[in-house]
Amino acid sequence: MTKYVIKRVIAAILTLWALVTIVFFLSRLMPGEPFTNPKLTPQVIENMNKYYGFDKPLIVQYFQYMGNLLHGNFGYSMKYTNKTVNYIIGQTFPFSADLGIRALTLAISFGLVLGILAARKRGTKIDFFCVLIAIIGTSIPDFIMGALLQYFFGIKWGLLPVALYKGFKYTILPATALAFYTLASVSRIMRASMLEVTSQDYIKTARSKGLSEARITIRHQIRNAIMPVMTILGPTVAAVLTGTFVIEAIFAIPGMGKYYVESVNNNDYSMILGMTMFYGIFLVTANLIVDILYGVADPRVRIGKK
Amino acid sequence: MAEKRETLLELKNVVYSFKTYGGEVKAVRDVSFDVRAGEVLGIVGESGCGKSVTAQCILRLNPEPPGFFEGGEIFYKGKDILKMSNKEIRKIRGGEIGFVFQDPMTSLNPTMKVGKQIMEVFVGREGYTKEEVKQKALEIMKLVGISDSEKRFNQYPHELSGGMKQRIMIAIALVSRPSLIICDEPTTSLDVTIEAQILELLLELREKLGTSIIMITHDLGVIAKICDRVVVMYGGKIVEKGTVREIYYKTAHPYTDGLMHSIARLETNRGEKLSPIEGTPPDLFAPPIGCPFAARCDYCMDVCNQYPPEEYQLSDEHTTRCWLHHENAPATKFKRTKGEAK
Repeated sequence: MTKYVIKRVIAAILTLWALVTIVFFLSRLMPGEPFTNPKLTPQVIENMNKYYGFDKPLIVQYFQYMGNLLHGNFGYSMKYTNKTVNYIIGQTFPFSADLGIRALTLAISFGLVLGILAARKRGTKIDFFCVLIAIIGTSIPDFIMGALLQYFFGIKWGLLPVALYKGFKYTILPATALAFYTLASVSRIMRASMLEVTSQDYIKTARSKGLSEARITIRHQIRNAIMPVMTILGPTVAAVLTGTFVIEAIFAIPGMGKYYVESVNNNDYSMILGMTMFYGIFLVTANLIVDILYGVADPRVRIGKK
Repeated sequence: MAEKRETLLELKNVVYSFKTYGGEVKAVRDVSFDVRAGEVLGIVGESGCGKSVTAQCILRLNPEPPGFFEGGEIFYKGKDILKMSNKEIRKIRGGEIGFVFQDPMTSLNPTMKVGKQIMEVFVGREGYTKEEVKQKALEIMKLVGISDSEKRFNQYPHELSGGMKQRIMIAIALVSRPSLIICDEPTTSLDVTIEAQILELLLELREKLGTSIIMITHDLGVIAKICDRVVVMYGGKIVEKGTVREIYYKTAHPYTDGLMHSIARLETNRGEKLSPIEGTPPDLFAPPIGCPFAARCDYCMDVCNQYPPEEYQLSDEHTTRCWLHHENAPATKFKRTKGEAK
């Protein structure tokens, strides 16, 4: 198990290195310049380029950047010139993280419950309702879902605030809008997987042992049915993450999304790299955790001795 | 089988069907037999003849819906299983009657340690501490021939071989010392050496624990080896039942006879062909009104296609459903003279 984890960690670090290298060179290939303010004189631009080290060969810049990166330093933003990238992330990440965690928790818990319920009550109205939610969730994009929620709950019925992020009440609509798609896919997969497990021979064995239906569901069905759901958790975290860009914009939440999108438009190299790296680390870690959890849940994929 | 032993389980006219989109499948049609204390009863028949469904009826393990009982009674120690509440039937399952399934590869939960799966039989049963249950589990593992049981206890099914898994299945069925275990083709997916070991084990356990066994198989060799009495099923019906000797030496039904002739024997000469039973089993969506075997029977008469055969009592134990035993039927090798069929 330890060996397995070490292997995965090394693979994760290599992934991040590849990410930063590719993004570093790609961002420099983008058309445009970071300093485009018409008020800047050529002399000033030249000074700025010197200050940020753009006059040096690209490969030297790369190694300089990597050196800083190893110290956890993402450098100064080229647009918000008095702020470091670290500072901006520190200011905005808590909002994005809060939204993301709320949405994920909502999606996974409700998704699992709906999936299990639908499978247990197969063919009934409850099943139909759960499948309906799954279809709505997978077919309506999150920005439309966000707008719909704002319209009905915020404007028409006046129940919840439509924008900003200043307390629990404010979090409900954006978290729901963001969670909906993931909730739908989790419930869909859980339902299918529960139904598949139900017809397995070992469920019959469990019944032949005289166990109660509740125990069979909890101990034998869910434990085995949850595996396919766990495999999609990695991509799911990614989906929620990219979802935050859109949802933050719709609900005017001061999260990271806005800065990430802007940085690309502004050719703000250090910002692009910093944000990408930050998201990258986040995603790679999420996948790593899923991989390890998978080994914990399914004894068959554990490698080597404990 | 000189003295008649006490009846443990009795099936009376059980009719069991499945509702499907294509119509009703009449899987078990009017099946009656009994199992006595300490005996091994074999149920033999080809795939789809209703053996497994019959066995699962006893513990009501068939998925319901689509399955449902159309009629009949199943008495276990005098109580009708079909009238029991879910709670009562759960006490019988695992506690009184154990079940060994066909495929040990898929019949164990892959994410639970095997020891725990054995111990689980005691969940919801009172009177044992966790430690006692663990001791019982280890004890039964030793009894079914699992060496190093302390270590095996903490292993997962994928870490065990097929034969070992089937031993675990038998341990699960036996751990609460039931009076009956139902083995649904327990050796079909195992190779012959392991098969011999498992059969040996079942017989040994019967000696030690006095457990009755229902052995479901399509292998007459298995039947000959371990059974006291045999029930031959075809098309959801019992066509012949009797002691092993009677079934083998005084075969009374052409289907049983056909089964005997399709076995490869040591004395079969090289180049000599086995004689299979031609044709396929009847469609149970619309079973034939007469004898289910009529279409494939070499001795088929007109009456066979029109009326279901009556049950003929050939001896105390030996009965068959075949028109060839009617007094007006022509003489064949199946027909007994008056003196022989007492």
